[in-house]
Amino acid sequence: MSIVSSLNALVGSLPGFWSPLVSALIKVLLVLAFVFGNEIMLIWLERKVCGRFQRRKGPMYVGRPEGWLQSIPDVVKLLAKEDIIPARADRWLFVLAPMVIMVPAVALFVVIPFGRGWVPRDLNIGILYLVALGSFTILSLFMAGWGSGNKWSTLGAMRAVAMLLGYEVPLALSLVGVAMVAGSLSLVDIVHAQERAWFVLLQPIGFLVFLVAAAAELNRTPFDLAEAEQELVAGYQVEYSGMRWAMFFVAEYASLMAISAIAATCFFGGWLGPFASGPWWFLAKLYFFIFLFMWVRWTFPRIRIDHMMELGWKFLLPVALLNIVLTGIGLAIWG
Amino acid sequence: MDSYLEVVIFVAAGFLFVPVTMLVGKLLRPHRPYAEKLVTYECGEPSHGSAQIRYHARYYLFGLLFLVFDIETVFLYPWAVMVRHLGPIGLIEMVVFIAVLVVGLVYAWCKGVLEWV
Repeated sequence: MSIVSSLNALVGSLPGFWSPLVSALIKVLLVLAFVFGNEIMLIWLERKVCGRFQRRKGPMYVGRPEGWLQSIPDVVKLLAKEDIIPARADRWLFVLAPMVIMVPAVALFVVIPFGRGWVPRDLNIGILYLVALGSFTILSLFMAGWGSGNKWSTLGAMRAVAMLLGYEVPLALSLVGVAMVAGSLSLVDIVHAQERAWFVLLQPIGFLVFLVAAAAELNRTPFDLAEAEQELVAGYQVEYSGMRWAMFFVAEYASLMAISAIAATCFFGGWLGPFASGPWWFLAKLYFFIFLFMWVRWTFPRIRIDHMMELGWKFLLPVALLNIVLTGIGLAIWG
Repeated sequence: MDSYLEVVIFVAAGFLFVPVTMLVGKLLRPHRPYAEKLVTYECGEPSHGSAQIRYHARYYLFGLLFLVFDIETVFLYPWAVMVRHLGPIGLIEMVVFIAVLVVGLVYAWCKGVLEWV
């Protein structure tokens, strides 16, 4: 906390117009350092987790023990690869798509409270902001798929949109219950409202709906229909290579962190713990959810598109609506 | 507006991250394009026809349904924040609102709109 307060004092002493700008720039640098620093480890972690689930060892040689530096030579390799833009591609869409996908991946962290007072900006529309920004990913996927001028990627893009129609509404509705119990959309208020009980205990149905819909939002197996290596080769990213392709990868892991952070904040009490509340609790919960999503990814097979739509429209949506009604009745009785 | 400065900066940082990285990569990577390299990938077969294919009309139906329920969520959020202050009447009103939409969903379900074949 002392670092934060001395930084605040330093920034506060700057003249009028500059002080908020400099503080915002420091925040964005800190968040970027946190996200990309963790991401280097996450990519390694995913490969290790995947390896162990398949009774392999995963990367072992670069960095001992357990090959933990593997991601760094990978980044250098990707930087040194030729940047190919296919002749049939729509150049503008093709170049813009990776830029657009990075926007929600970074900007989702604006409202995430890392600890007490450790939040880039506590917006009073927090949850609405997250839901609105989260659905921007699909815009980028469609731009990439359509702009590549490739049949596989067009199919992948169409599937990505179809999936969005299925999971986006349950995702948004599952967080309505949280807002009802907390009486606020701000994530800091939501964490404070969980001082007596984490919302996973008060909103078990909402939590399960959120977990399934969030896994779909992440476009990871079992919901990676838009990529589907075995049927669509790689869906919307077939034509991407080198660093431009890596941007989709980077954004995917940043979203994985953001979604895990939202789950930890809205349902598991954020930085609050049974004892010694602080950012370390947030970090532990963040990694718990990241591991959970990796576990799911390497355990389940991909589901079919018609099953996906059925899951979204015929199961998650009615259940999420029921959860809202039940929460309302619960609040009227005990609230 | 001051409270949204961070949002603007974060969005700009995300948007500029890619061009900056590509610029750094430009120092390291080769650039030798030729016609065969720039051909569209279709598992080795010569590609024919346009990639901008036609797609099924059901996207339109699902899109319409999605629009209705997505707008419903926008109505639900402000209500969710105020639900404690509105009392039982507010709850009953929202249950009626949700019920009307569920009738629409059930109708679509019965008509087979929700079948993705």
